[in-house]
Amino acid sequence: MKNSSRRGFMGKAFGAVAGIGAVASLYAMKKSWDPLPSVKAAGFTTLDMSAYKENELVVEKWRGKPIFVLKQSQEMLDTEGKNMSELTGKSTADMDKKRLIKIGDAHYLVCIGLCTHLGCIPGYRPETKDFLCACHGGMYDDTAMVTKAPPPRGLDIPPFTVKGNLLVLGEAGPEYKKMKETGITL
Amino acid sequence: MAHFTKATSLYDWFDQRLAINKVEKVLASEYWIPKNINFLWAMGMILVITFALLLVSGIFLLMYYQPNVNLAFDSVNYTIMREVDFGWLWRHVHGVAASVVFLIIYIHMFTGIYYGSYKKGREMIWISGMLLFVAFSAEAFSGYMLPWGQMSYWAGMVITNLFAGGSLHADGLVEWIRGDYVPAQAFLTRFFMLHVLLIPVAIMGLIGLHFGALRIPHVNNQDGEEIDFDVESEKYLAGDKAGSKVIRFANDFMAKDMMVVGFYLVFFFYLVFYHYGFAMDPVNFDPADGLKTPTHIYPEWYFLWSYEILRPFGTNTGLIAFAFAQVIFVFLPFLDRSPNSVPAARRGLFKYWFWALLVDMILLTSMGKLPPEGAFSTIGLYAALSFIGLWILLPIITMFEKKV
Repeated sequence: MKNSSRRGFMGKAFGAVAGIGAVASLYAMKKSWDPLPSVKAAGFTTLDMSAYKENELVVEKWRGKPIFVLKQSQEMLDTEGKNMSELTGKSTADMDKKRLIKIGDAHYLVCIGLCTHLGCIPGYRPETKDFLCACHGGMYDDTAMVTKAPPPRGLDIPPFTVKGNLLVLGEAGPEYKKMKETGITL
Repeated sequence: MAHFTKATSLYDWFDQRLAINKVEKVLASEYWIPKNINFLWAMGMILVITFALLLVSGIFLLMYYQPNVNLAFDSVNYTIMREVDFGWLWRHVHGVAASVVFLIIYIHMFTGIYYGSYKKGREMIWISGMLLFVAFSAEAFSGYMLPWGQMSYWAGMVITNLFAGGSLHADGLVEWIRGDYVPAQAFLTRFFMLHVLLIPVAIMGLIGLHFGALRIPHVNNQDGEEIDFDVESEKYLAGDKAGSKVIRFANDFMAKDMMVVGFYLVFFFYLVFYHYGFAMDPVNFDPADGLKTPTHIYPEWYFLWSYEILRPFGTNTGLIAFAFAQVIFVFLPFLDRSPNSVPAARRGLFKYWFWALLVDMILLTSMGKLPPEGAFSTIGLYAALSFIGLWILLPIITMFEKKV
């Protein structure tokens, strides 16, 4: 009896030490899988916004992701009553003011070019002025607002800040913070 | 210290130290197999052989493959395919076996479902088998990343995005799995590790469990007959081989088993030498490009049915349906409420349920390959709904099944 209670104590003591060790090593394993500091720090992309042409999609790169830059033409801005969303049955025109970035007198769509469904890259069709994702058939209008499921929302807008004619991606400026607060982007 | 005597032979020397006589009896000559079985009972051995082929070809590929985003594509498509003598052989064996192994797994699974081999003490055989299916799926997916072609990259992107959990937006989890914002070096190296070490070790452990689970309930037979293996094996050992309902695993059963394996290997190497193309997606012969999605992204044929269950719904519903499809097979022994452990043909409504499930999965598989447009979308949606419906119906129809 005396022996067995001693064994019981030794078992519990070992269990406690091993338990702490197991939790600690799980923590180390979790941290080892985290993105490396060099990956996280890999940077900021600066775009010169005066170089883009109207209705011509340019794909830039930020943190390994494609960034869509689409300068809006006057025709694309006059979409009241057009661009009906299959999801809501309403025009997506009000998004022009909310989702676009105004630099000087020009309006730009700047967004992460990955479908919000499962991350494929939608293609831009200049004739119809919309995006089509080939993977699962999702569609977006010229402000990259979703018009046909399965994507749950418009294309996400990366953190940005406006510096004169330049746009810096990766840094959250006041315009971006406002978009985030109003739920325009995630 | 046990008592050792001077060995009379090499066999005796080993037998005194390792009990090889006893081991041989337990594993082979006195491991009993029913007589009333058919060629479908050879699928287990075919899977073992295919796994061995994957292991051997994988070892040779491993010697030249480079898990680096800049080198991986060329190490496969140039070094292995053009420079290494017979490198093409290992690659084509590996690629074809990875595809064919799923064909055999599906036959093995549906054989089990048809003959009720997941009931009456055989639940753990079924559950360990489904865990093996999950492990093989993970192994296939991680291996698919390694050539670092366009399909590797984009399949990696799409599948890891599933872990964001739709509206949960667990982007942090996705980045953690990848080790980067997008699939890159960290992603490739860790999936390489999973593919060549962690998952194969898990598979080997699960194979051990799967075989162990067979020992007490024994192999099922094609008539759903309950055999008393102790009585029948005694009859066999007493010399009444014709009257006994069982035979030895080796060499009796193995002789025919290996015969089926022989036919299979002819088919397998025919594919390796003349029709390997089906296992080599042409899109994956373009190097990975994170700024260009291929026009159609589709998985290999063996994942198409579950992909098609994901596809016709919105993100959240799709993910729930997909998760349902991934786990529901594990619960088969408990969802089937009937005590009957006989072939589906003798089980009333379950017979129709079995064939409906098989046809539905073939339908889902064919729709999954087609672009998600028009009629295909609609057929896919109804096939996905039928899949879920069939599993909801299963406990109801089996509850009212008459005892046979």
